[in-house]
Amino acid sequence: MLPIEVSKLQKNYGTLKAVDGISFNVKGGEVFGLLGPNGAGKTTTIEIMEGLRARDDGDVKVLGLDPWKKGYELHKKIGVIPQEFTFIEKTTPREAIIYYADLFNVKVNPDEILKEVLLEESAKTYFEDLSGGQKRKTGLALSLVNTPELLFLDEPTTGLDPNARRAIWDVIRGLKAKGKTIILTTHYLDEAQQLCDRVAIMDHGHIVAMGTTEEIIQEHGSGERLEIHGNEKLAEYIRANTELQVDYNKARGEVLIPLKKKIDALAALAAAEQSGMDWGQIQTRQDSLDDVFVKLVSEPIGEQGEIAIEYSGKKKRGR
Amino acid sequence: MVNAKRIFADFKVFSRGYLRNKFGLFFGLIFPVILILIFGAIFSGGSSGEISVYAQNQDAGLPDGRNIGSSFLTALNESGTLKVITVDPMVNFTKYLADHSSSDGIIIPQNFSASYVTEQSVNITVYGNPTSSSSGIVSGTVGGFANYFNLQRFNATSVIGMTSATVNTQQTKYIDFLIPGLIGFSILTSPMFSLVNISSEYKKNKLFKQLSLTPLTKIEWLTSKMLFYVVLTIAGFLLMVGVGVFAFDATVALNIWLIPFLVLGPMLFAALGMLVGTVTKNPETAGVIGNIVTFPMMFLAGTFFPISAMPEYLQSFAHVLPLFYITEGLNNVMVYGNISGAIVDIAVIAVITAIIFVLAVKLFKWRED
Repeated sequence: MLPIEVSKLQKNYGTLKAVDGISFNVKGGEVFGLLGPNGAGKTTTIEIMEGLRARDDGDVKVLGLDPWKKGYELHKKIGVIPQEFTFIEKTTPREAIIYYADLFNVKVNPDEILKEVLLEESAKTYFEDLSGGQKRKTGLALSLVNTPELLFLDEPTTGLDPNARRAIWDVIRGLKAKGKTIILTTHYLDEAQQLCDRVAIMDHGHIVAMGTTEEIIQEHGSGERLEIHGNEKLAEYIRANTELQVDYNKARGEVLIPLKKKIDALAALAAAEQSGMDWGQIQTRQDSLDDVFVKLVSEPIGEQGEIAIEYSGKKKRGR
Repeated sequence: MVNAKRIFADFKVFSRGYLRNKFGLFFGLIFPVILILIFGAIFSGGSSGEISVYAQNQDAGLPDGRNIGSSFLTALNESGTLKVITVDPMVNFTKYLADHSSSDGIIIPQNFSASYVTEQSVNITVYGNPTSSSSGIVSGTVGGFANYFNLQRFNATSVIGMTSATVNTQQTKYIDFLIPGLIGFSILTSPMFSLVNISSEYKKNKLFKQLSLTPLTKIEWLTSKMLFYVVLTIAGFLLMVGVGVFAFDATVALNIWLIPFLVLGPMLFAALGMLVGTVTKNPETAGVIGNIVTFPMMFLAGTFFPISAMPEYLQSFAHVLPLFYITEGLNNVMVYGNISGAIVDIAVIAVITAIIFVLAVKLFKWRED
């Protein structure tokens, strides 16, 4: 039995198909990421797995249980941090842990849990006075009280500063090292790359790609390309004077030339030099997960400036 | 299955959070005491209680120098009810009253002494404002003294007399009636406003969702809040009665029959607050609906004034307000000693509490569909 088995899962909100027939499994000890822009259906999917939301169709088994029908039983075995975790304002993380231990009827050492989530220093600060990162760590601490083997983290670092994000990553890596199975949602690509063994990229309720990040890049990314800093006229000149496919990225002011053979770069540069126009920095590079993500997802996400690239030559994927 | 350990754990966290919040503590305990102090001070004297009234004595007096009009005003002034301020007979009296923003005034006519001794009919003019209660007291007092002077003239004595009494065996002061009303007021407001606010806020910031991921059940959650407000209500009750007794010398009966009201009352309004918070979409709407439910009860359920002072249709309306049965019951126990009446009130409150509790738990959603 796998910790998570999802098959043809569907959830509608009125006429909106929030989750449209997705299927995936998660193996024990794996960190599995649901990646996608806002509104892709990540939170709906994770909340259905947590037993917080009913599904319309399809099968979901979490630790062998139907999460909606057996939610009460399931919740004793899993740990969850909901999106934008909050808690009772005038309660300290230490008191919160003791409260949860009483609710779960388990004996825990609060200081040990606080240490595990790197929160010892704020053990006695009221929740309302904690920083965003410390609040999230409190959520992590609470999700560990019942020593679950399976953890659900819904956007654990959204809205945090880079240092706080890295601190949360360290905690998650520690949990992974202990062999816990972790499902996390994120719209940060670097987070998925840093933490996840496998990711599923979601868009408009569908999974558009799934696998390790390397597999996804290989399957959906383009090969190597040459990037020349210059204006649109330069792009037109190279296009007219070579056999090459030439794209232009207006936002970055870059001429982009996919390289079928390494020698193509020479032809492109010769044409650039011949044009007599100004051209600057040159580099060759391969598609990153960012590039693949933009290709696969219908709307580039710009919320925190993670991805806001526009390629002149590429049409957005329509639905 | 309801688990006492979980209820206690939740009670502990909630009460600690409450006690750490000075604002909540103020409204839970200090505010009711302030209410007692304010209303006690307003209604339990401190001022002389005399009504100031302007009087113009135009009486020319008798040839032997006696002035009956002057004696009449002196008698009024010594009544303890009115404080007579004499005005120069030459001034325009109505203008004088207007200039001094007063509607109460007395004019003794020029021929007053002469008419009195010759037993001819003569009228004292009393100015008053029909909407003001003080005007009624002024004309009543003047009328009373006119009768007294009439009897004196003929050396007669009264046949019908009057003694004052209240319904209680002991002398009852306004503060004695006020304390049960204000206790009812705090039984209503503290749990009601708090639970409306908490339940809608918890829903908004998804704290309920989070709690649903623990073994805590919604019945346990609501029970712990009810318990907390029972404790807070009893503490508030002791404070209010203490202040009433020590500051205003109130006399109220304290006995075991008060307990059902102090326990069921906060349970009822905690559940009602939860119900309002849970059926409304957001904290703003919850606040508005909460006020719509709470305000009529605050004023029309016999808290600040007895419902017998209200028109009939409002009295009928008061009987559908749950708080009415609490203030009536508290008055029955604390003021009238009417225990059989109180038992009926307890039965009504118990039934309403049970219905609202079941409704609140049924409609309250931990999770979403």
